[in-house]
Amino acid sequence: MRGRTALALLAALVAVAALAPAASAQPRPLATEIESEVMCPVCGTLLELAESPQAQREKAFVARLAAKGKSKDEIKDALVAEYGDAVLALPQGSGFSLSAYVVPIVAFLVAVAALALGILRWRRGSGGGDADGRMPEPDPSDEESARLDADLARYDL
Amino acid sequence: MAAALGLLVFGLLSKGSSGVAVGDPAPAAALPTLGGGGSGSLADYRGRWVLVNFWASWCVPCRQEAPELERFQQQHGGPKFTVLGIDSRDLSGDGRSFVRRYHLSYPQLRDGDGDTAHAFGTTGVPENFLVDPAGKVRLLMRGPVTADYLDDSVAPLLPGKSS
Repeated sequence: MRGRTALALLAALVAVAALAPAASAQPRPLATEIESEVMCPVCGTLLELAESPQAQREKAFVARLAAKGKSKDEIKDALVAEYGDAVLALPQGSGFSLSAYVVPIVAFLVAVAALALGILRWRRGSGGGDADGRMPEPDPSDEESARLDADLARYDL
Repeated sequence: MAAALGLLVFGLLSKGSSGVAVGDPAPAAALPTLGGGGSGSLADYRGRWVLVNFWASWCVPCRQEAPELERFQQQHGGPKFTVLGIDSRDLSGDGRSFVRRYHLSYPQLRDGDGDTAHAFGTTGVPENFLVDPAGKVRLLMRGPVTADYLDDSVAPLLPGKSS
């Protein structure tokens, strides 16, 4: 029973983690959306998190192009023309940049495998219990029975 | 997991610091000119002394040193020496405005992605490198140059303007 509850809880956690990004997705202004997808080359962080003077110029550049009606792709192309490919937040799918994709997936799979293994061991370890999964308590020894009787007698119960 | 860790370590090692020290050859990759319409390189100035100045329009100390660099160029610029500006990780329009605002007459290249600045080992802007006619770094100044530095440390190394 406990094993089933734990598995159900794990499944619920995975489902919530998978659905959270979709639930939080809201339409945003184009400039704000782009700031969350490109880098501040000087700061080495996402533009939306950066407040350096260079980042302020870059944000103003994005806002200017968005106000002119440029599309997201056109604005990103303009940023690449100014700062090079490194301005794009999404790492390339080759070389060291590949680790940005591989490491989180591997870490997630390892964590799930470890959790599943732990649950399996826990279930095996809990075998031998009664119908409710509880371990039967052992009978008290003669010494313990005598001590219990003495205690009860002392309290005159 | 081991493969992922190995990839991470490889990445960290492969991104190790680079840069130049006094006596090293200066990187001379081709860059577009800030004004557009062509490219240039430090190699184009082989045979001259060159004060390579990395700057950006958003950098406050760069605004302070720009007039000093222009004064130095007016005094010493010629067939034996030039200041070479490299606008790094900056919007090209902002960079051109900066050049107009400070009336900079020396040549300007554009290092939009910062690769050349990285090759020189800069950690920010401004930084200045004096390169000799053979293309080797003779002085480096991590930070803005002052009139005193230019006159006391750079000028004595330069040949006479007309020699």
